[in-house]
Amino acid sequence: MPVIEVTDLRKSYGGRPVVDGVSFTVEEGEIFGILGPNGAGKTTTVECVEGLRVPDAGRVRVAGLDPVADHEEVTRVLGAQLQRSELQDALTVREALELYSSFHPRPADWRPLAERLGLAPKLTTRFGRLSGGQKQRLFIALALVGDPRVVVLDELTTGLDPRARRDTWQLIEDIRANGVTVLLVTHFMEEAQRLCDRIAVIDKGRVAALDTPAGLVRRSTGATVISFTPSAPLDEDEVNALPGLVSVEHRGRRITLSGTDETVDAVITLLARTRVTAHQLRVTDATLDDAFLDLTGRPGPNEEVTA
Amino acid sequence: MTAAVFNTAVLRTEIRLFRREPGHLFWILLFPALLLAVLGAVPFFRTPDPALGGLRPVDAYVPVAVLLGLILGGLQGMPQTLTGYRERGILRRMSTTPVRPSALLTAQMLVFGGAALLSALIALTTGRLVYGVRLPRHPFGYLLALLTAVLAVLALGAVISALSRTARIAGAVGSAVTFPAMFCAGVWLPVQAMPDPWARIAGWTPFGAAARALDAAAAGDWPGWDHLGVPVVWTVVLTAAASRWFRWE
Repeated sequence: MPVIEVTDLRKSYGGRPVVDGVSFTVEEGEIFGILGPNGAGKTTTVECVEGLRVPDAGRVRVAGLDPVADHEEVTRVLGAQLQRSELQDALTVREALELYSSFHPRPADWRPLAERLGLAPKLTTRFGRLSGGQKQRLFIALALVGDPRVVVLDELTTGLDPRARRDTWQLIEDIRANGVTVLLVTHFMEEAQRLCDRIAVIDKGRVAALDTPAGLVRRSTGATVISFTPSAPLDEDEVNALPGLVSVEHRGRRITLSGTDETVDAVITLLARTRVTAHQLRVTDATLDDAFLDLTGRPGPNEEVTA
Repeated sequence: MTAAVFNTAVLRTEIRLFRREPGHLFWILLFPALLLAVLGAVPFFRTPDPALGGLRPVDAYVPVAVLLGLILGGLQGMPQTLTGYRERGILRRMSTTPVRPSALLTAQMLVFGGAALLSALIALTTGRLVYGVRLPRHPFGYLLALLTAVLAVLALGAVISALSRTARIAGAVGSAVTFPAMFCAGVWLPVQAMPDPWARIAGWTPFGAAARALDAAAAGDWPGWDHLGVPVVWTVVLTAAASRWFRWE
């Protein structure tokens, strides 16, 4: 039985539809990603799941409960890390953890959680004196401190350094291993690819695609990328005639082709027939970035990060 | 368990945070007593004045100091804190837990209401110990007058938080309201000594009415339903306005 059900969700602000008919279900114990460009409606969608916003139309259920009508019951099963939300500056890390665990009927022990998130040496530090990354880790801890069945994480690793990001991913995999369902809004392709069982790509308020990360990549038109530096120029027409070819890119003498497995075979044959050697030959699968570009007609939101 | 508008842990946290704010401690708890001590040091303030019915100005100034702590806490401290909580998403974060954000609102009112009462106690003690000002001779009437004033001020503070989008605006609006409130409470001129149109106008505000009620109770008289009633009516109206316009985010 799905833990989260979203059916034909709609929400407009000032007449402008932000979420325009989004549907998906998340199974128990799944890590489900919501990926999309800025302003695609990702945060509004999860805010409806959290019960922070009232949908204009559509149906949302969390563990069979309506997040608006049964808000209090939902808060007992769902933990949330919000995108923009702070704490009182003078509150220490320990006080925040103790306070928020006191809100829940059966809280998790916050000590190991703080330990895992690297907050143990910061327990007596006031919130106002924490770095951006430390604040973010505290928010993750607060989302998990109620020992929720479902956790919604909006921009989980924003502001974290690469090491903390990897530690956090490991933590998310561990809590999932304990049966917790994770709904993850993300900007990072790498994060989505590493963590998510399935991903909904949201664009302009609609679900543009919903599949496993591998499935999304396979769907992208140029699923395989072949690059090499030929020992002699190749005939332009013969290259363009390669089967399954999606795009050709020249950078200096280096050539990058994207296509299918069939394209790879044909390239090898072409090279052998013309007796051209391919230096530094690389054949790679397309990434989620490529799939994202295909689906939304835009570069991945974290293009600048991976470049 | 019902959606609690009161939560002990939240209240305890807010008390702790109040104590960590030096500005609150000084302006709300100490400043009124300090002002009383400084003014009382001027010989004129210790000379009985027939315009005050034979009281020394320092005697008449104790209720003013009592109201001053209340005004600074309720109109400056609380609205800025609450609006900041909303602006910074603290109320929103609390909405994702089984505790309602209204628990923070309740805690804030209790903290600033409690601080106002503590400030009143400090002012009364200072007046008594330093200048021999008699303690209120109708303690029950005094307490009742004080409580109605606290409620009215907190309700006004809640309206300011409701109407201000940012803590900065709340600070500005709070200050704009604080000065007339201080005037009506008699900070510049005790209400008993105000010329008639001013005294009557001030008497219709919760602060002027509270000042009158406190004066009466200090002298040993029952504060009178009119002086007690004005802050109560204000409380009802302002609370309705605050709950009408208050936004959680």
